[in-house]
Amino acid sequence: MPETNNSNTDKNPLVEMRDIHISFGGVKAVDGVSIDLYPGEVVGVLGHNGAGKSTLIKVLSGAYQADSGQIIVDGREAKIENARDARDNNIETIYQNLALADNLDAAQNLFLGREFTDKFGFLDDAAMEHKAREVLHRLNPNFKKFTSPVSALSGGQRQSVAIARALLFEARVLIMDEPCAALGVHETRMVGELIDQLKRDGLGILLISHDLHDVFDLSDRLHVMKNGKLVGTVPTKDVTHDDVLGMIILGKMPEHLMHLAGPGATNAPNKEALQ
Amino acid sequence: MTRLLAKMEVDRRLVGLAVVLLIIWIGFDLASGGRFITPRNIFNLSVQTASVAVMACGMVLIIVTRHIDLSVGAILGVLAMIMGVVQSDILPQFLEYNHPMTWVITLIVGLIIGGAIGSIQGLAVGYLGVPAFIVTLGGLLVWRGAAWWVTQGRTVAPLDHNFMLLGGGIEGTIGATWSWVVAAIAIAAIIYAAIKDRRRRLSFEFPVKPIWAEYTNTAIKAGLVLIAVITLNAYHLPERAAERILESRGIAATAENLVISHGIPIPLLIVALVAIVLTIVAKRTRFGRYVFAIGGNPQAAELAGINVKRMTVAVFALMGVLCAISAAISSARLQSAGNDLGTLDELRVIAAVVIGGTSLAGGLGTIYGALIGALVMQSLQSGMALLGVDTSLQSIVIGLVLVLAVFSDKYFHRRYSDPTA
Ligand SMILES: Nc1ncnc2c1ncn2[C@@H]1O[C@H](COP(=O)(O)OP(=O)(O)OP(=O)(O)O)[C@@H](O)[C@H]1O
Ligand SMILES: [Mg+2]
Repeated sequence: MPETNNSNTDKNPLVEMRDIHISFGGVKAVDGVSIDLYPGEVVGVLGHNGAGKSTLIKVLSGAYQADSGQIIVDGREAKIENARDARDNNIETIYQNLALADNLDAAQNLFLGREFTDKFGFLDDAAMEHKAREVLHRLNPNFKKFTSPVSALSGGQRQSVAIARALLFEARVLIMDEPCAALGVHETRMVGELIDQLKRDGLGILLISHDLHDVFDLSDRLHVMKNGKLVGTVPTKDVTHDDVLGMIILGKMPEHLMHLAGPGATNAPNKEALQ
Repeated sequence: MTRLLAKMEVDRRLVGLAVVLLIIWIGFDLASGGRFITPRNIFNLSVQTASVAVMACGMVLIIVTRHIDLSVGAILGVLAMIMGVVQSDILPQFLEYNHPMTWVITLIVGLIIGGAIGSIQGLAVGYLGVPAFIVTLGGLLVWRGAAWWVTQGRTVAPLDHNFMLLGGGIEGTIGATWSWVVAAIAIAAIIYAAIKDRRRRLSFEFPVKPIWAEYTNTAIKAGLVLIAVITLNAYHLPERAAERILESRGIAATAENLVISHGIPIPLLIVALVAIVLTIVAKRTRFGRYVFAIGGNPQAAELAGINVKRMTVAVFALMGVLCAISAAISSARLQSAGNDLGTLDELRVIAAVVIGGTSLAGGLGTIYGALIGALVMQSLQSGMALLGVDTSLQSIVIGLVLVLAVFSDKYFHRRYSDPTA
């Protein structure tokens, strides 16, 4: 990974993914990608549909296992083979398709897989609802529907539940795949504020989004992918929308940042893209 | 009315189902000239429903996890045969006839084999990824065939005396006094649960239902228990049987002491126990929570760290265990084990569960709903039999009712999509 000139180089990265490869049948969904993430940093992951963004972060969250490559958490190599391993490394994911069980209520979803139980081993729903109210109130003071199934919630409310779920378990790395895809303007702003707040708390956030405006507003650095390869990693403040569009569409680093180019990038514009 | 029900936080679907059941009962009672709602018929109804009701409790969990089990009737058949052979052919070689341990050992053997059969099917569904429909369709043929092989088709009879008490019958009840004890315990538990739940919610300052709703809810539940026990106690033993019992106790028969109540039949007690345990499992344990989570969104469940494959095996194994209980009840009731026992039970069980409001799409369903569903099915069948309706016409009616029930459920569900709002 080439040196990045961001302000966090003095700290150690929270997570690093090194030379990750994963293919499905013949499709190389992720092909030798290396990325990193520092505490208190929001990093955007950008790329076209099918670029491999979701696949890459699913390797980190334990949903997929890489064919080869390393994951390093806090300077130590971590084995992440399933969602539980990821969680043990304080990595939480909010999925693109909102991984909530529609038939369960907010508290039941928040605690899924990590329920509170009483001394007899029975579920302590009241205690869970109590904690859920506390966390959700902090995120979204308007949240009222604690006892309805989440299928009865709006997109923003569901997103609040998904984010609360991650917070509840003291995530240090938060992965968000299209957190605003299902949301209205107001709710998108809410999620944005939330991300800022989490960042101040020292979390590292990987943010996948198709909305360049959101990503530019929120993130400190950008990883851009194309066809499973990393085009490059750039500090958000040093690039323009057009630079980034060039990276996404043509797979080409902007001229003035050529020295930051990732291993997957070439000097010439991507051959396929020119055809 | 709907707002009233919402305040009381009762399941609207449950109320609808109860009304349907009441209409069926009153309808048959009118049509039969008052022969349907009698202590005797209600007693028989409860005994006849028991076997299907026990399996329906397990089928709720199967269907909630988006699976199906078409093999329950066949599993019941093979388990009844195995338990028949164990108690009538094998154990008598070691224990004297009607030894008090015979029924216990027999039942344990049945439960273990039932659990094993269920686990095998669960493994095929969970780990090999064969759809449950196919696995259990195959299972239906395999286990029905196996039921024949156990004795080469011979019907096993007579069964162990104590074992037969599991099927109800004249001695298979707990009598008036114990029935009152059970009622008292049940009512105390209902009141205790209501108070405890309310206190707990108040201690966290959560919203609670208005106190009158709390009283009404509790009173209705306690009232139902009372009515049930009063009805079952009002059904008396036939005089000759009463005489025999008095004789065996060395008491001279007089006009008054010849009136002996049946009380709660043992199979009904078993159903109640199974339903209570499984309701607690479904609502108050991690296992139950995961069953519903898997039904709601299998992917989300997996991502939350739930071992979906292992859960699938467990749910099918539980179904197998319940089939063993049902096999005991139905063979004990018939006082023999024949290899066609339980034929078509899979359809009765699935129909009961679906009528009881469990969604075939998964994620939604209740044990108590399935119990009422089973009662609705059995009431229709018994009622029509009472009126002398042809068996062929009976199946036609029951088939139509099933389709109608699912349709109306879908229709009302669409209109009030949030059942708790
Ligand atoms: N489970 C899978 N099986 C087979 N192919 C897959 C699977 N998951 C992803 N792929 C393929 O891998 C490639 C990368 O997919 P991925 O979902 O990571 O893209 P993405 O960048 O997240 O796209 P989008 O912006 O549309 O979410 C695509 O070609 C996709 O078809
Ligand atoms: Mg994606």
